[in-house]
Amino acid sequence: MDAALIGQGLLSGLLFGGVYSLMAVGLTLIFGVMRVVNFAHGDMMVWGMYLAWMLATRLGVDPYAGFVLCAGGLFVVGFVVQRTLVDRIVDAPHEMQILLMLGVALVLENAALVAFGPDPQRVRSALTASTLWLGPIFVDVGRLVTFGLAVLLTGALYLFLARTPLGRSVRAAADNPYGALVIGTDVRRVYAVAFGIGAACVGAAGALVSPILPFQPAGGLSLSVASFNIVIIGGMGSLLGAFVGGLLVSVAESMGAVFLAPSMKELVSFSLLIAILLFRPAGLFGKGSA
Amino acid sequence: MRWAAVIAIAVLLALPAVLGSYAITVFIFIFFYAFLGQAWNIIGGYAGQLSVGHAAFVGLGAYTSAMLSIHAGLTPWIGMLVGGVVSAALGALIGYLGFRFGLRGFYFVLLTVAFAEIFRIIALNTDWVGGAQGLYITFTGDPRQFQFQDNRVYYYVSLGLMLLATGVVAWIERHRFGAYLVAIREDENACEALGVDTFRYKMLAIVVSAFLTGIGGTFYAFYLFSLQPNSVFGIPLSVEIVIRPIVGGSGTILGPILGSFILSPLAELSRTYFSQGGWTGMHLIVYGALLIGVVLFLPQGAYPALRRLLLRVRG
Repeated sequence: MDAALIGQGLLSGLLFGGVYSLMAVGLTLIFGVMRVVNFAHGDMMVWGMYLAWMLATRLGVDPYAGFVLCAGGLFVVGFVVQRTLVDRIVDAPHEMQILLMLGVALVLENAALVAFGPDPQRVRSALTASTLWLGPIFVDVGRLVTFGLAVLLTGALYLFLARTPLGRSVRAAADNPYGALVIGTDVRRVYAVAFGIGAACVGAAGALVSPILPFQPAGGLSLSVASFNIVIIGGMGSLLGAFVGGLLVSVAESMGAVFLAPSMKELVSFSLLIAILLFRPAGLFGKGSA
Repeated sequence: MRWAAVIAIAVLLALPAVLGSYAITVFIFIFFYAFLGQAWNIIGGYAGQLSVGHAAFVGLGAYTSAMLSIHAGLTPWIGMLVGGVVSAALGALIGYLGFRFGLRGFYFVLLTVAFAEIFRIIALNTDWVGGAQGLYITFTGDPRQFQFQDNRVYYYVSLGLMLLATGVVAWIERHRFGAYLVAIREDENACEALGVDTFRYKMLAIVVSAFLTGIGGTFYAFYLFSLQPNSVFGIPLSVEIVIRPIVGGSGTILGPILGSFILSPLAELSRTYFSQGGWTGMHLIVYGALLIGVVLFLPQGAYPALRRLLLRVRG
């Protein structure tokens, strides 16, 4: 096996991992705060991609700038979904929550199918045309920028949670909703904000990945499942776990593509998922048991 | 109740005499999905172990009997049972891992999804089983090959499958086994504290459920004459299997049947109707909205609500 090929695989895996991290951070934030698994996560990401596509084709906005608007749009979607639907089932059994979110996922996916049709789309950006060479390894500039922005956004989210008053109430509600309520936090508003931020993360991830990955409405499900894999592997509810898990899973898939076949790369992450589920269900960075 | 069942079965037996061929096709879908939903109902409804990976059993059953038929010339009537046994073995493996390692709720869901996806990816990448193109079965119209010139035979076969699974569920519900499953669903810890071997009964439930679902795979393959990894192992099929019992009322004998009578014609008609106008996906939006509505307003499903209504009317 060619060393340059492996190096290339490692690098592309790592760079793509930024997007995986951002998706997973959004999912784990929602779960950490509300204990609700967002089965519509991937479909929200697909809507982020289509928003970026509309901005680019209708208004000529480059996705590397338009991602801010996409994040804003998805924040509203997440906020509204939480307020109108999720809020009613926060205390319901897991099965009911999963089924409700599955319903939301079906509606979002097929609304995209009706609106945009089944054919794959791709957003053009000036940045994706250029490449850099590091010795025998080439770096796609688009992927590099996507990675940089994804890492930056994850860092910004971390600072928001650690340093701002609203961020602190999100953490308080995650740790102990009753305690947060007692000290005067509007927990329901915090829940809606947290769901909105989680959706904004995955909306931004969708916009950032739209120039480097073709997308179609049917892709949401596998993106959701990919996000689930990452948060389980990293540890449900752990931001650091989601971030590192995203990079890890992406590199592992990329190695799977190099050593097995490109269409077999998901096999690696699913096998990893089953191993983690069985032997360390709390995930690599999670606390306590599942 | 017993008389109502006898009359309903008699009506269903007589129906093909008056139905057109399209209506028969719709009924085949109703019966077939009611059958799959009923099989799921054993582990998902009664035992409360939410599997969103039942497509794995359909796919494995379908591939097993189709491969045996194409390469070894084995009749699908026997291949069907072999497929069921292979699926049951997979069910035992998933159950063993999930229950032995104590995976509950979302973690069990993900385990089942992961297994179905792994089979899908392997089937897609294995040329020996047809790869992405899948398998095609040549039509001979030979009943020994599970192929019939007359659509009405498929009608009776699918009706028979639905009644078979319903009979199994009715038997389970009347016996201690069913009571244990419901107890496990309601409070597994309490159940264990009372000395019930919950592991054993959950294993039995998933094996029976997987066996029946695997049999369904053969019907799928030999009714449609083709099978592709994405359609038989895909998550959308698992969702189709889960949604009918949930909408109809999971953990009840009539729930999956009622759910299928509500959803299958809806899916079939809107698929034909909307796809003509380029509105593919519309029926799935309706599905999604129904799923949301059921969770919010009828968390027990349609059957218990209907039953309450009937009892009130009767006074």
